[in-house]
Amino acid sequence: MKNRNLISIADFNKEEYLKVLSLAEEFEKNPVQKIAEGKVVASLFFEPSTRTRLSFESAANRLGAKIVGFADSASSSTSKGESLVDTIKTVCCYSDIIVMRHPLEGSARLASEVATVPVINAGDGANQHPTQCMLDLYSIKKTQGTLDNIHIALVGDLKYGRTVHSLVEAMCNFNTTFHLVSPVSLKLPSSVKMHIKEKNLTYYQYTEIQDAIDKVDILYITRVQRERFLDIQDYERVKNSCILDKSLMNNVKKSMKILHPLPRVNEIHSNVDSTPQAYYFQQAQNGVYVRQSLISLILGLK
Amino acid sequence: MSKKELIVSAIENGTVIDHITSDKLFQVIKILNLENCTNQILFGTNLNSSKLGTKAIIKIQNKYFERYEINKIAIVAPTATLIKIASYEVIEKFNLNLPHEIEGIVKCFNPKCITNHEQVMQKFTVLDANQIKLQCHYCQKITKEETLNFL
Ligand SMILES: [Zn+2]
Repeated sequence: MKNRNLISIADFNKEEYLKVLSLAEEFEKNPVQKIAEGKVVASLFFEPSTRTRLSFESAANRLGAKIVGFADSASSSTSKGESLVDTIKTVCCYSDIIVMRHPLEGSARLASEVATVPVINAGDGANQHPTQCMLDLYSIKKTQGTLDNIHIALVGDLKYGRTVHSLVEAMCNFNTTFHLVSPVSLKLPSSVKMHIKEKNLTYYQYTEIQDAIDKVDILYITRVQRERFLDIQDYERVKNSCILDKSLMNNVKKSMKILHPLPRVNEIHSNVDSTPQAYYFQQAQNGVYVRQSLISLILGLK
Repeated sequence: MSKKELIVSAIENGTVIDHITSDKLFQVIKILNLENCTNQILFGTNLNSSKLGTKAIIKIQNKYFERYEINKIAIVAPTATLIKIASYEVIEKFNLNLPHEIEGIVKCFNPKCITNHEQVMQKFTVLDANQIKLQCHYCQKITKEETLNFL
């Protein structure tokens, strides 16, 4: 994977995902390995995302790399009117790898085409956020022991949720059964369902969380945002159907785990946090190992 | 030459774009920027066609189209036939097909796409040979006929 870009989840194949995940396991056991000493990671956040930035920078630090960059576009030369292409070409002179987040869709692909060093996409608008998907896969594998033959429920805004779309696409490699729970107006788009159909996998659709929750190994919840509804009454009617409360969990599988890309608002009640199924905070922790793994593979250090 | 074909008279050298569906004639004229072309141009519309019911036709004297222009015609008028004429003879005749990829013709409809904010060549993959479904190489969104705009 040396010198490869990671822009979209489709840029890596199944074997490559597995390689990233197994190296991430190694980093979990032994997180501080200063194998990137002397390397410079450019961390270019054209829009702020504290959680993702800290996770990448923590990963780079544990590898012994130095970090240059900016945390929002106000402190970059973009605020002086410099084009993205010019910024990227310049940053390549100072760094060995670029991690970038940008509000415009397709920006990371464009950057990778002009960059002379590899680019990792840390989110380009509503388009792709592949490292989030990799840490989701890692969390599934770690809690279930395997990625194969998993029953997964995807709950919430399945229409606009970019993390859901990437996760569906990636999980289609592993004979997954999908349980799709969403308000009717926020169903999984046909362009994403296409991946499930191409692999002849099974999926079920529900509008209520309780109809799926007892059947699954993984419950992946995303937020349903009020802004997504044209009619506020529609929102009021469905807003509780995708909210998880401990009272719904009486008959869930013991090994079931609840994932959430965070930050959450009200879609998981705090009374769920103390259940053995709650996994969303460990999930965020896993992001650091996965990013250590990716950076070291792309820099050719492992 | 039969009387029928003389409805729009013949040209000596140049290109005939035949079998345009009548409703697309003015769009073809627009995307090829024929308003500003000083060559002799003949066109007819609502002509009888066994293939299409009614059709439109454009004949342009002394003009042969470049690949990118032909791709533009294919997007607007996929039913069209292109005929190259030299000394009143047909030297080449072909049906238009959507290419697999198009570059620098169409604008991505997504206002949040990087290509609408930076100077960069627009690139699309043609997902369906029979209808306009163009996937942006950058933002991956699909531009369809309803959202189609030319650069
Ligand atoms: Zn685009």
